[in-house]
Amino acid sequence: MDHPYFPLLILFTLAGAVVLGLLFVAQKVGPKSPNPVKAEPFESGNPPRGDARIRFSVRFYLVAMLFLIFDLEVVFLYPWAILFRQLGLFGLIEMGIFLGILLIGFVYVWKKGALEWD
Amino acid sequence: MQAYIDQLIRDGYFAGMPKEVVYAVAMVLAAFIVLSVFVAPLAGVTSWLERRVWARMQSRVGPNRVGPQGILQWLADGIKNLLKEDLIPSAADAKLFSLAPYVVFVGFLCAFVVIPFGSQLIVADLNIGILYILAVTSLVVVGILMAGWSSNNKWSLLGGMRSAAQIVSYEIPAGLSILTIVFLAGTMSMQGIIKAQGWAPWDWFLFNNPFTFAAFFLYFTAALAEGNRTPFDIPEAESELVAGYVTEYSGMRFLFFFFAEWGNLYVIGAVATTLFLGGWQVPPVTSDPILLGVLQFVVFFLKAYLWVFIAMWVRATLPRVRVDQLMALCWKYMVPLSFLCLLGTICWMLVFPKGNQIFSVAMFVLGLLIVAYFFKRVVFQIRHARPELYFKPHI
Repeated sequence: MDHPYFPLLILFTLAGAVVLGLLFVAQKVGPKSPNPVKAEPFESGNPPRGDARIRFSVRFYLVAMLFLIFDLEVVFLYPWAILFRQLGLFGLIEMGIFLGILLIGFVYVWKKGALEWD
Repeated sequence: MQAYIDQLIRDGYFAGMPKEVVYAVAMVLAAFIVLSVFVAPLAGVTSWLERRVWARMQSRVGPNRVGPQGILQWLADGIKNLLKEDLIPSAADAKLFSLAPYVVFVGFLCAFVVIPFGSQLIVADLNIGILYILAVTSLVVVGILMAGWSSNNKWSLLGGMRSAAQIVSYEIPAGLSILTIVFLAGTMSMQGIIKAQGWAPWDWFLFNNPFTFAAFFLYFTAALAEGNRTPFDIPEAESELVAGYVTEYSGMRFLFFFFAEWGNLYVIGAVATTLFLGGWQVPPVTSDPILLGVLQFVVFFLKAYLWVFIAMWVRATLPRVRVDQLMALCWKYMVPLSFLCLLGTICWMLVFPKGNQIFSVAMFVLGLLIVAYFFKRVVFQIRHARPELYFKPHI
């Protein structure tokens, strides 16, 4: 009970319960008149053509990969940020090298054209 | 709250019940009250206010029928959505389709756990506070991707993919500009960050050095993009994608996505206030704990709501950007700039280990001058637009 993460658990459960409860009520009080046209995918009024799971641009995968690299890097910086004053010059040089490597990577990605979107 | 429950137990109100059960029940009740009394009306009233503010900015009236000035519009909308048919398209992946609103809603609501409304008014002061907010609001991406993929609709899929790409890209400048504050404060706890600032504007991290000043605007822009707000709302761009990832949603499920969007707006404001604007810090005017608590809450709420209002203003003013412009803005401008802010802040901390008071005051005065000049322009424009012809605030 005294655990700092206990309220979190409660709120997680409660948020789920609220959604569940309201959806349940909506299902009970809402009208029901199913018909096949209503259940079709919406395609601006036309009958749907082909599969909806179309192929999408490979750019999205590239963005996901870049995100993984850079976001992880940001997460690595957080512990250093907290201990910045204690670590002093040693930490600064150490993380300077880390940031430098990433900067080279960033320039490389940029020059390769991975940041262009067309 | 714990002390109060202990008092009740000692008075013998819950005789025969295990202490843990009483605590758990009380916690659930408190959380439920917070949800229904604070968060739900907050998101609802924000939705009404947003429509009202846009209407004003576009010389319209806006919703004004339900309740005084239309303030109960959100309740009417909620009830209307509750009474709609619960529809799942036949070709949709039913499990993922119904799970998506849960994920989005949980992701937004759980951010409220660590938002400090006052020195005592916080659900849980986690020592990883700000990192927790970054983590939990990322859940929304998962929900949006689920919604987009499971709807079996081309608009939804494109909207979901665009949204995911946009949110994850803007996560990086947001994370980096938050990092500058973690450097200055030396802690990730929300209360710790606020306590590292002072009540006077020149003690805020916003005016600490020019780099945090820039980081604030970087954070706000990135947060708007993460919340899918105009000018970055291409995932739901009405003119090209119908409604993006919510195209197939209707009734209550649809409502949850927008509940989360409007609630999230307040979370953005609250985080900006905590990190850059001194949070609940008030001048030492009173020693009465209750009065002080109320004062802190009001100060925090107003500061956070100012940014909600500015987000509305931005939405009413700026046109939508294209996908390629959006990505270029993030990766080619905001990421390098936020790195620069980070390095600049580190250098500043090395040169002035205790901060530079004179510079902070100068920054503050400069900020005031900019705001004053802006209002001078606004007044000039209003005079020349002859607002008395149409400006009646109380229609």
